[in-house]
Order: sequence, then C-alpha cells, then structure tokens
Amino acid sequence: MSGFEGPLAARAGLLLLLGAAFVLTLSGVPALLLPRRSLSGSRWTVRLTLAGCAAGIAGAVALLAASAPAVLRLPGLFLGEGQLGGDALSGFFALPVLFVGGLGAVYGRTYWDPRRHPRHGRRLQFSYGLALASLLLLLAARDGFTFLIAWETMALATYFLVVTEEARAEVRAAGWTYLLYSHAALLCLVALFALQAQLGGGFAFGAIPATAAPKELTALFALALVGFGIKAGVMPLHSWLPDAHASAPSHVSALMSGVVLKMGIYGLVRTLGLVAAPPLSWGVVLLVAGGLSAFFGVVFALAQHDLKKLLAYHSIENIGIILLGLGLAMAGRATGRADWVVLGMAGCLLHVWNHALFKSLLFFGAGSVLHATGSREIDLQGGLAKRMPATAGLFLVGAVAICALPPLNGFVSELAIFLGLARAALGPGPAWAALPAAALAATGALAVACFVKVYGIVFLGTPRSEAAAAAKEAPAPMLRPMALLAAACVAIGIAPGLFAPAVDRGIAAWAEDTGALLGWGRFLPLGRLAVVAALLILLTALISLRLAPLCRRARERQPELPTWDCGFAGASPRLQYTASSFAELITSRFGWVLAPRFRWPRIEGPFPEASSFHSEIADSVLERLLRPGVRWLVRLSERLRRYHQGSLQQYLLYVVIALVILLLVSLQPWWPVERLGGS
Amino acid sequence: MALSQILVHLGVLLLLPPLLLGVIQRTKSRFAGRRGPSLVQPYRDLAKLARKELALSATTTGVFALAPVLAVVTAVMAGLVVPLGPFDAPISFAGDFVLFAYLLALGRFFTAAAALDTGSPFEGMGAAREVGFAWLTEPALFFAFFALARLSGSLQLEDMLRAPEGELWRDSTVALALVAAGVLIVLLAECARIPVDDPATHLELTMIHEVMVLDHSGPLFGLVEYGAAVKLLVLDVLLMHILVPAATVRGWLGLGFFVLGVLAVAVLIGVVESTMARLRLLRVPALLVAAVLSCGFALLLLGR
Repeated sequence: MSGFEGPLAARAGLLLLLGAAFVLTLSGVPALLLPRRSLSGSRWTVRLTLAGCAAGIAGAVALLAASAPAVLRLPGLFLGEGQLGGDALSGFFALPVLFVGGLGAVYGRTYWDPRRHPRHGRRLQFSYGLALASLLLLLAARDGFTFLIAWETMALATYFLVVTEEARAEVRAAGWTYLLYSHAALLCLVALFALQAQLGGGFAFGAIPATAAPKELTALFALALVGFGIKAGVMPLHSWLPDAHASAPSHVSALMSGVVLKMGIYGLVRTLGLVAAPPLSWGVVLLVAGGLSAFFGVVFALAQHDLKKLLAYHSIENIGIILLGLGLAMAGRATGRADWVVLGMAGCLLHVWNHALFKSLLFFGAGSVLHATGSREIDLQGGLAKRMPATAGLFLVGAVAICALPPLNGFVSELAIFLGLARAALGPGPAWAALPAAALAATGALAVACFVKVYGIVFLGTPRSEAAAAAKEAPAPMLRPMALLAAACVAIGIAPGLFAPAVDRGIAAWAEDTGALLGWGRFLPLGRLAVVAALLILLTALISLRLAPLCRRARERQPELPTWDCGFAGASPRLQYTASSFAELITSRFGWVLAPRFRWPRIEGPFPEASSFHSEIADSVLERLLRPGVRWLVRLSERLRRYHQGSLQQYLLYVVIALVILLLVSLQPWWPVERLGGS
Repeated sequence: MALSQILVHLGVLLLLPPLLLGVIQRTKSRFAGRRGPSLVQPYRDLAKLARKELALSATTTGVFALAPVLAVVTAVMAGLVVPLGPFDAPISFAGDFVLFAYLLALGRFFTAAAALDTGSPFEGMGAAREVGFAWLTEPALFFAFFALARLSGSLQLEDMLRAPEGELWRDSTVALALVAAGVLIVLLAECARIPVDDPATHLELTMIHEVMVLDHSGPLFGLVEYGAAVKLLVLDVLLMHILVPAATVRGWLGLGFFVLGVLAVAVLIGVVESTMARLRLLRVPALLVAAVLSCGFALLLLGR
C-alpha cells in the first residue's frame, strides 16, 4: 500500500528534501569522473552540493511552515512497509545540516584544494555529499529500518571523511575508534527499534502507549540514551569524539561537530517524543548526564593545547547544555509543567542551531589557522590577529558566541535553559533542583576562561613560532562562509524574535499536547532581549568611535612602542603565557579527573643543559577505563584458548558434552527452562 | 516607567561610582591614622586620565582598545538591570539575573583578552587569575540569586532584591545572612579587593586586576578605572539590597536612604580591607568555595 498524505506545503517540503538528498548523493560524481587534479570537477561538485542544499533549505522551510506533517508510505521494501515523513522537527534539524553543509563544501574546495591533495580530494568530496544525503534521509525516516539504513550510511560516510588522511597512523587510529563506537551505537539502536516495534505496534514510528510495562520502557530509554548518546558524544560515551574531530579535515570537523552530533540529539528527541507518559526519572537522568557532560567537557577542553581537540571537547560541553534543555522538557512532560517543556525544548532546539553555527565558524577558523601556520598546537601560534585580521575577527565572534555571552546567539538559548531551570528550582521540588543551573553557571564561566585562552594565545600577543610569524590571511573563498556563519550568530543574537516561530513549530511538533498552545516568547521577552543587544552594540560603537581617532593618533605618533615589560629588558615571545600556563590555575583543581602526564626536565648542577618540558592530557575514559578493560578481556579470552586446539574430535566432544548438559538440565523440574523457552 | 526616573537612575549609576572609591580610601586612611585624600579625589583622577596622552603598544590589536569600552558598557548595562533603591530597574524581565551575570562575564572576557593582547607575561598571569577565580564566583552568584528567587517567588532581579525586608528578614535571618556573606565575598573577588587582591599593591607578581591593565594608559586607563568603579557600585547595590530594606522608603527620601546604604557598604569594604591581610593566592579558591557553599546552604535552608 502506498500513499502520500499531508498538506501541500509539507508534501512539497518532503519532496524537496528527498530531491536534495538525491542531488547530494550524486554531487561527488563529477569530481570522480574527472582527473584527480582537475579544478572543474571539484567546482561542479560544489555547485551540485549548493544546488542540493538550496533545494533542501526551501524544503525545510516549507516543512516548518506547514500546518501538519506529511507522510509518504512506500510499498514493502523490507519487513513491512517503509515510511518517510516530514514535520517541523525534521525541517528544524535539516536547516543547519544544509546551511553548514553547503558552506562547508565552499570552504572545503579551497581548504582541500584538489591540486594540493590529489590523492584523496575526490573521495572526500564524494563522501561529503553522501554524508549530507544520509543526514537528510535520517531526518525523513519514519520507520526503524529506514532510520537504521540512513544511520549506517551516515556512520560509514563520516568514517571515510575522518580517515581522509589515512596515511597518518593517528588518523587511522582515530577512525578505527570512531568506527567501533559507531557500531556499538548501531547495536543499541537495532535493539531499540526492535523494542519500539514491539511496544508501538510495528516498525513505523508510532506513539508508545502509557500502558507499556515500566521495565520495557526503562530498557527503551537506556538503549536510546546509550545508542544516541554515543553519537552525540555524551560523557562518558564520548571517547571517540576528540580524536575523530581533530583528525578530520577542518570543514569535515565543522560538519561532524556542528551537525552530525546533533543527529544523536535528534534521535533522542524523536524517540522520547514517541513515549506518551515518560516517568520523571528520565528527565532527571538526562539532566545529570547533561550537567556532567557540560561541566567536564569544558574542563577537558581547558586542559587541551591542540586547537581542534579543544573545540571537539567544547562540542561535548554544548551537547551537555542541549541535554539539560531536553532533560528539563522531559521532566516537564512527566510533571505536566508546560512552561518547563516549552523553555527546555526552546533552549534545546535553539542551541542545536546555535552550536551548529558557532562551532562550524570556529572549526573553519581553526582550519584557516592550520592552513596558515601548518600546526594545530596552540602554543606555537600567537599574534595572528595582526597577520590574518579577518579570520581573527570572525573567530572572535564565534568565541564570544560559544561562551553564551550577550549580544550573540548562544546567550539566547542558554537564557531559555537557565530560565527553565530556575523555574524548576523555584518550584515545590527539593532545593537540589538548582544544581543543574549552578553547573551551567560554572560551565559558562569556564567556557569564558577557555576561549580567552584560545583567542588570546592564538591570535593575540606576539608569534611563538616562525610559521606563525609568516602566516598569511586566508583566501576569500574560506572567509566568505565564515562571514555568513558569523552574520547568522549576530542575527539570532540581536533579533531572536525572528527565529522564534521556527522554534515554536519544533516544540509543537514534539509535544503536541502542551507546546502547540504556547510560544516560548511568552516566557522570555524576546523583544526586550533585542533591545538589550541593540543597546549593548550601540553604546560600544558610540564610545569606540569617539576613541578611534585617539588610538589612531597614538599609533601614528609612536608606531614602534613596545609593551611595558616591568623593567625586564630581555623580554622575548617565549616569555608569554602559554595555553597550559594560562589554564593551570583551573586545571590543577581537576587533576583527579584529567590525570595529566608530565615529562619534567632534570635540572642538575649550576649550568644545566638545554632541556624540555612536556605535558599531555589523554582522554580519561579511554585511557583509564576502556583500554585497561579491553586488555583485561583479551587476557581472559587468552585463557580460553587452551580449549581451542583445532582438532575436530575435540570440538565434537564439546558438542556432546553440551548436549548432555542440556538434556540433564531439561529433565530437571526445578530449572526454569519453560520460562526461558517461551511456550 | 517615567523618563525622569530613568534619567535619575542613569545619573546615580554614572555619577556615584567614584565616590565609593573615595569612601573606601577614606575608611582605610582613618584606620591607618591618616586623614587621607579628599572624597572627590577619584573624580579628579578620572578627569586627569581623560586629558592624558594615550600610548599604545605596537603588539596590541583592536581588542586592547575595545576592552575598556566594554568594561564600562557592560557594567553600566548591568546597572540598568538592578533597582537603585526606590527607582525601578529600567530593564527588567523574568531571568534578567542571567543577563546581569553574563554581562559581567562579557566584560571579563574582553579585559582578560586585552591583557593577553599585550604579549606581556605579567598581564597573562593576571588574566589567568581573573578567569581562574571567576568560575567559582559565578556559581556562588547564581546560588545567591536562586535563594533570593525562592524568597521572593520571582525571577526578576528587581523583585528578588526588594524581597528581603521586615518580616522576611525576621523569618529567614540565617539564610539571608548566608547569602549576604556569599555576595560580600563575590564582591570582594570581582572588584579585586583585599583579601583576594590588593588594589594598592606595588608588586606585579602578586596582582590580579591591576596587572591586567598595566599597559592601558590615558583615557583608556580612565575607562578601565571607571568601569571597575561602576562594577563596584553595581555589586555594592546587590549587597546593600540584601542587607538594608532600602526600597521601603519611596521618593527622594528613599534615594537619600539608598545612597547612605551604598556608602555604608563601601565603608564595610574599607573596614574589611583595613582589618584583613591578603590571602595567599592559592588560598583564594578556598574562600570562593566558601562563598559557593554559603549561598548553597542558604538555598538548602529555604528548600522546604
């Protein structure tokens, strides 16, 4: 049985989205057909990608505007019929995919120029298009099978993106870890959708009634949390994330961090939305997971001195913030508090957009730094603002936005979550309801510390290496996508009211019972926020304009004036604070979780030789939990090897022994075989 | 709200801050047995700085000049969110306390970035300390806000700050005292006062706030000093509202009452600065954790 239902706008939107997915799948083909170093091949690929993204954006907007969702039933391809659908939630998550994806393609063509990277340029472009297409299919999937197919395509396509530079050992290792984690997640999701099909009556996504057994619901929640949590990078399931994001080419890191992680959030939002009556404990678990991810994500980020790894850890922090919103919304659904649902979900959804915007902006900026100086090491940079002013300015916008500071976009979504959490803390509940909000406050302050460090050490001061001193501004095709992302950050920050309807649609699609009635603007005066942002910018601009001529004159009068060195004449760039020394005051408080490893210099005698100091912070979960655990498992399995001699007789003997044991067991009336075997 | 009220609010907010510095200085002088400089000396200092020549290090970029501007703008905007005694806050909405905290954070971001902009190791040190202590003051501030929100049943800073008066003080003395203690520590830390930081110290190695602005000169330094003074006033107002029921008296008499209250808190800061030694730098986090705990316990007391 096939059918296509829904209002015209939704049907058109769904078709556009699917058409975009088709175009994006094929977008890499021109490059594949033409020679490796050919510019026209990659140019055509970017054009096709942009065309696909434009069509998809039109479709996503149509879905957001449509009054009801569209459903497309496909005749039984697999077990039962397949279903595709489009609603406001799909449209909401599709928009950042297409916006960031399109800009990433433009950035990537210059960043990963086929003439400089002939070996893997074409594969990169093909996998990029495929990844975008799989993301769209994922958002349109309305049954477990289609979802899993799209999910696996996404996992494999992004795996190939991560291992673009497979010649380097650490890239292969990162890719391998990513692949393992992806498939652990896939296993959870297979179980999840099997359970969902059992509870909801079929693989098509249908509401799970409140009458479902609590045990099964708990299993459903646990599977969703682990499966989607791995993808989203929730602590402590995050260990694949920092290396994978750091190893990929920067526009791929932007896509993975800004967009692909959000599919974990989308999956959680979608599946949890199916459950009619979630218990309060789910919301609490999400709040705890979110608070831990946010706080420890930023703590780990502070300790990094690899620019891209640092940004990757910040993704964990932001996923935590998004989860805080989702957890609050779930708690609201469990307790019937519409205001928690609306504020939590508004913060969750808007932060999905915001994080996609500023994190891809920051990864593009990191890519430009890497492009200019050839290193991701923060301590080898410095003074880049003088050499690449446009990149520095745009990076600064991203840095202020990710710290959730007014007047940029991060502030709006974090304010919604704060306000929701404050309402929860104010309510009749216990006083510890204020803890998530306090964690969020500490996270915000630590994020400020972290991005002062990044911006200050990388872009300000004097160059710490010759490469940094010789850095050149990024070319215009790399700056333009960054400028668009920065403009979007500013736009959402100063005019949140413009984007509020889209968020409202998303909330309404998720929580039909409560969200549809209320706009989140009812709880948060978005107009007032716009006034505050405008006032802030205006006052700053006015005073700055008044000061500008003074500063210009000062620079003209004394162009070579050095920084005051407190009387020490031998100041050199190496005396400057480094990334590690800047963060030391904070990271030293967290030695118990960071477990830093040092290689101290040995200084002996009155005239010591030249020496070096090295510190590194490995991922605690991976290095202290997973690797020892796997080693233990391998040792345990080695003991079993004794029984594996390879002789056929021995194996036959094992079969006989097993048979005898089973027979004995089944004869025993006290053994619960009946219960295990069913009827 | 009447325009005249906003103008008076702005007038108090913009003109009063240097006087606080004068009062603190006078208190400290009296403790030391000196007469001390005139109360209006900070105004004269600011006027002098505004006229002075500006010198900019060749290392610096636009961030260096932008930071003092933002320090003033964010402090003034934070001042627009709080009520000044009888005068309502010009900007007020549910959740405005988040705006208050994040405005101060925005100022901190740029002040610390400007310090790194000079490439001086001393200024980097100051910046690291500033952001390294702020991550503890911010949760303390939020716990205090939540405690006040529980007391007042409102999420608007205006109502939250006006709640502690009369009956409320009697009913929840302990909780309010704990909140006040926590906010006092936050104030001392955020405004770089003893026992956290010594504004009068002469050794760069031991400074926090002062060392971050070593390279600012002339009008830019004036803005830095003025911004710090406005921030002092704003946090002073926060503490004053918790300690003194200033809002009960309306009108011009209320304004006088308010100014007296604010100056009394300034005297309190002067007394703290005169009677305490500066803490060792590594002990400061312990003090700030005490502030977090103090406000957190207040919240627990108000729990049920």
